[in-house]
Amino acid sequence: MSSAPPSSLQSRAADASPSASALLEVRGIAKRFGAREVLKNISLQIASGEFLTLLGESGSGKTTLLRLIAGFEEPTTGEIWMSGTRLDSLPPYRRRVNTVFQNYALFPHLSVQENVAYGLRVTHAANAEIPSRVTQALRMVKMEEYATARPGKLSGGQQQRVALARALVNRPQLLLLDEPLSALDANLRKQMQSELKSLQREIGITFLFVTHDQEEAMALSDRIALLKGGELEQVASPREIYTRPATSYTAQFIGQTNLLRAEICGGIATCGSLRWPTCSTADGSAVFSLRPEAVRLVGETPLPPDAPRFRATVHQQIFSGSSEQLEVDCGGQLLRVRIPAQGTLTGEHEFTFFPADAVHVKESLP
Amino acid sequence: MYSRAYKSLISIPPILWVGVFLLLPYALMFAHSFWLVRDGFIVHQWNLRNYAKLFQHPVYLEVLFRTMRIAASVTLLSLALGYPLAYYMSFCAGVRKELLYQLVIVPLWVSYLVRGYAWKTILGSDGVLNGFLQYLHITNEPVAYFLYSPFAVVLVLTHIYTPFVFLPLYASLEHIPRNLVEASHDLGASPRATFLRVILPLSFPGLLAGATFAFVLSLGDFLAPLLVGGPSSIMIANIVQSLFGTAYDWPLGAAISVCILTMTVGLLFFTERLEKRWAFR
Repeated sequence: MSSAPPSSLQSRAADASPSASALLEVRGIAKRFGAREVLKNISLQIASGEFLTLLGESGSGKTTLLRLIAGFEEPTTGEIWMSGTRLDSLPPYRRRVNTVFQNYALFPHLSVQENVAYGLRVTHAANAEIPSRVTQALRMVKMEEYATARPGKLSGGQQQRVALARALVNRPQLLLLDEPLSALDANLRKQMQSELKSLQREIGITFLFVTHDQEEAMALSDRIALLKGGELEQVASPREIYTRPATSYTAQFIGQTNLLRAEICGGIATCGSLRWPTCSTADGSAVFSLRPEAVRLVGETPLPPDAPRFRATVHQQIFSGSSEQLEVDCGGQLLRVRIPAQGTLTGEHEFTFFPADAVHVKESLP
Repeated sequence: MYSRAYKSLISIPPILWVGVFLLLPYALMFAHSFWLVRDGFIVHQWNLRNYAKLFQHPVYLEVLFRTMRIAASVTLLSLALGYPLAYYMSFCAGVRKELLYQLVIVPLWVSYLVRGYAWKTILGSDGVLNGFLQYLHITNEPVAYFLYSPFAVVLVLTHIYTPFVFLPLYASLEHIPRNLVEASHDLGASPRATFLRVILPLSFPGLLAGATFAFVLSLGDFLAPLLVGGPSSIMIANIVQSLFGTAYDWPLGAAISVCILTMTVGLLFFTERLEKRWAFR
């Protein structure tokens, strides 16, 4: 009956598989636990070799998404594809994905090297190559000298390294990291962050990293996927997500900001006594995000002619070494301002900002 | 924190308890095992004849070996029943866990004697099992072997001690962090490999504790053979009982008791060492 030529059938089949450039594609994933909807219609692509971070508050669904990709949970609806195979119907032990768990999940009854060798043994890697691959993995995380130790004898940071080596020894296409640094103290955490980043560059494996720490996400990621209440708020590079937040939630979650509720009329936005030109053409009320460091004292930098100038009273000043954090009152509108350190400011001053730095954002639901 | 006087004061009751009800009886038993009976009276004359008797009369060793065989069978059967049950409850039962746990525990509230008699009515010549088999014409006459046999003893002991095996096993399985199971799957291990390489080794201390319970408790049991065992299933504790009772040879009974006690303590010591070696973190 069907008169469709074979070529069109083929092209339809090709449409069903993910685009060639993406290593992993998540398509319309939703996950419900009972009546609770943890993830709502998530679609996301991860490119090969990319370091992508799932960022969000606790309860935003980031860990659930990771567990769906690892295979510990099944999606309620949607599909997950990895290099042309559908992943979501496979059990976790058939997926070429490995996980670094939040609390490391090292096997307490096995030595460090046995922990690392585990993945090779159970996948029946050739016995002859197991020791060399284990040593190589341990060297990569600088843990060779602890090869025979039990995980219980290691510090948190050392366990973290072993967990990393254990997950990498199978040479996964995709490495999932579930808040791997959250149990470490601040200094060690910073150190592990930079090690993790250079390791990822070195071995070129795609990393999907989960964290609730926006600074960590900014420091490590090629792209950040910000989740809020089970939905993707924005997916973009750290630079873009910071300078061009799409929503008021993103603007507030990543770094500090001032949210200005303005009225747009004929290309001019007005918020209290502040007026600045905007390229948003639609008239009506709108929310703008203005980063504290975008506000400057008049006279600091040459200004474009259309830059707004306004007088504001300094309310509060906090000196933080390289900068001064101010809270200024501009006709009832409080603004957070960060300017280079320059001594105590009192009373009224004239401030300004580049109109392009006031970013029109979509207002997020509370 | 607490004064020395207070500490010694509160330790008096337990020391008294252990001394009067444990150490003193054991010391008496130990002493008795080196005395002898003459003309129906216990004579306090130190000798090793009781211990020699144990090895000269084959009946004692024979019964001792039978007892160990029965205890070993009970241990294996209780493990075979208890492990799958504990595994199922810990990993698969979900919300039914609590209910199932209660169902396993409830029989422990029922008297041993009641459960023993219950088996009598099931296994007897005109019992439930024989009645059923004859009704189905599988057998034409009652099977005598069901009751008053080593089979019946093993059956009853298994029934009674399976919860004792189950409890430590279940506790050790519940203590296995679930992310270890996930990590194993994540690294490519099938459920079977995960069981053999992660779950079984990590539940080993519980398994050992359960097996020790079943073996040691069966080893000293005298009620099951009394209730459902025949002459062919006399166990060592029955001999001790009769020596302290009708036979009135306390010294020999004490000697046998010392032997069993030594075996038991040795076994407990050994398994505790093993358990410690297998305890992690």
